[in-house]
Amino acid sequence: MSEPLLDVRDLRVSFRTRTGVVTAVDGISFTVGPGDVVGLVGESGSGKSVSMLSVLGLIDNPNCVIEGQALFKGRDLLTMSDDELRAVRGQEIAMIFQDPMTALTPVYTAGWHISEQIRAHEKVSKKAALARAVQLLDAVGIPNAADRVNSYPHEFSGGMRQRVVIAMALSCNPSLLIADEPTTALDVTIQAQILELLKSLQSEFGSSIVLITHDMGVVSQMSDRVMVMYGGRLAEAGPRREVMRNPLHPYTWGLMASIPPTDGTRVARLAAIPGAPISPGDPDRDHCLFSARCRFVSDACRPQPELVEHIPGHFDSCVLPFADRVELRRQAMTPLEVAP
Amino acid sequence: MWRFAGKRALAALLVLFAISVLVFLIFFATPGIDPAARIAGRNASQETLTQVRASFGFDRPIWVQYGLMMQHLFINRDLTSFVNRGSQVIPQVMQAIPVTLSLVFGAALIWVVLALIMGVAATAARGTVIDPLILVIGVIGVSLPVFWLGEVVNLVTQSRLHDTVFAWVPQLGYVPLTDGVGPWALHLLFPWLTLAVLYAGIYARVLRSEMVASMNEDYVRMARAKGIGETRVLIRHSLRTSMISIVSLFGLDFGALIGGAALLTEVVFGLQGVGKLTYDSLQNFDLPVILACVLYASFFVVLANFIVDLLYAWLDPRVRHV
Repeated sequence: MSEPLLDVRDLRVSFRTRTGVVTAVDGISFTVGPGDVVGLVGESGSGKSVSMLSVLGLIDNPNCVIEGQALFKGRDLLTMSDDELRAVRGQEIAMIFQDPMTALTPVYTAGWHISEQIRAHEKVSKKAALARAVQLLDAVGIPNAADRVNSYPHEFSGGMRQRVVIAMALSCNPSLLIADEPTTALDVTIQAQILELLKSLQSEFGSSIVLITHDMGVVSQMSDRVMVMYGGRLAEAGPRREVMRNPLHPYTWGLMASIPPTDGTRVARLAAIPGAPISPGDPDRDHCLFSARCRFVSDACRPQPELVEHIPGHFDSCVLPFADRVELRRQAMTPLEVAP
Repeated sequence: MWRFAGKRALAALLVLFAISVLVFLIFFATPGIDPAARIAGRNASQETLTQVRASFGFDRPIWVQYGLMMQHLFINRDLTSFVNRGSQVIPQVMQAIPVTLSLVFGAALIWVVLALIMGVAATAARGTVIDPLILVIGVIGVSLPVFWLGEVVNLVTQSRLHDTVFAWVPQLGYVPLTDGVGPWALHLLFPWLTLAVLYAGIYARVLRSEMVASMNEDYVRMARAKGIGETRVLIRHSLRTSMISIVSLFGLDFGALIGGAALLTEVVFGLQGVGKLTYDSLQNFDLPVILACVLYASFFVVLANFIVDLLYAWLDPRVRHV
């Protein structure tokens, strides 16, 4: 494999609070190669957004402690000065947020937003920046881009607004795009369009994408590799096909069992993972964090299991005997009752 | 934008008309009072009363009375205090207007600039000791009663230190702008500062809380993710969206002050402004002047609101289509 674009090593993010230390990200390591699409999956609070925000220095909290390394093109983002980091943000690493309704400053036009981004990183005239904004809006499929460049955010629909945000993110040809739940706030029909758009732009511009989502469907549509996060740790990571067809971690089984099947008999009740996600403030972390909700829990789940590469490229952090996994998975993913 | 301005202007005119009718009715159609006697003032002779009744049409229907009153006020401009014994109303008001406008405009400029600086500085320094310090200074300013602060300022600048540090401070009173910008500003400097201290603190507090809230908005995080510098994020994104709350506050305060609420400042600094004029006319029960002052005040409150509406539309594009 060629030199990775982003190489995150043992990233830890914790917040000092009045009630003690809250660990949001607990030692994750991963790489993103050039042109890769990596899906980062997990429930709310699993640390997927925080890990990417912390890498870009976007956590505006003085009580936040970030440890580890995040090498981007060989340079550590976590030790960069504010000015160096600012030059990377937006130009080399761009970010798309979940809610396009609030991601644009309401008092400025689409063109203003895009040209602000361009002019923050390149010395171009306002006119030239605006002309590029029109091209970009056209590229992300906004009809009548020359007119719409002067529209305000409230004059766009949600999907169109997310297109504006994407156009803005791509305006400086970033080599890495971090998309934080880019489709969660959108209608289902629009979700598919935005994913299509991201896919086609990815092949056109050649950026790598880190796609943060809680939706296994989105991951299966988009990504080359999947990382499943739980409680700030990686539960499972591997190529998409592998993880989708042969998931190894009970948490991934739970996630996949909770997707409604589109064929076969209709299940009366969708499987859900029992219990609630582990609280990041819980000081007792030296065990498999999923064990409290896992039906296969045993004494072996303590201390914290290592991430093991059972199949080349496919890691998981479960202590269950590898040989039994297929059978256990079948048990875990069988619906409890079948509708008459 | 122009359509919006036109619509708002029309609405403002309607409000003005409604206020004039209401004020007229309160003063002249309240049962049990003889408006002629009110206009003629205390101890008026019988002939004066008859003359007033004829010239204001008090024996005719109420809408004719309204029309005649407006004619006396705005067209003939010959409404006179106590009929023929006092002075004409309109010149009195016209004389007081520039004093109040000078006072309030200057003070407003100072307090808005001060509040912007304090609010932005406090937001930028949030989490450090400077932030609460700025706010405490603001609260102290708000807590000082304007008449007390004004008297203290006068005591220091006009009496105790007048021979040394403040020898350059002129006598109390107002010098028209036509006499030169320098003397005009010098005479108004301390009234401006005194009035501005009262408002700067409130505005800075409101601005700071709005800005701090907006710093947690998605669009601020987005701007940072775009690689925008922190100063630009603060000014162009956070401050720009937080201005809207300041503008609505400003419209209320500015209109009220122009309309006579600057009375205390005017009295303390010996300025013959609209507030003072209203106060004096109330003391003398000088109905024509009261009427003129109330209408004048309402005009400026409505005008201030109109300007605020336009500012809103300029600041916030979402308003323009309403």
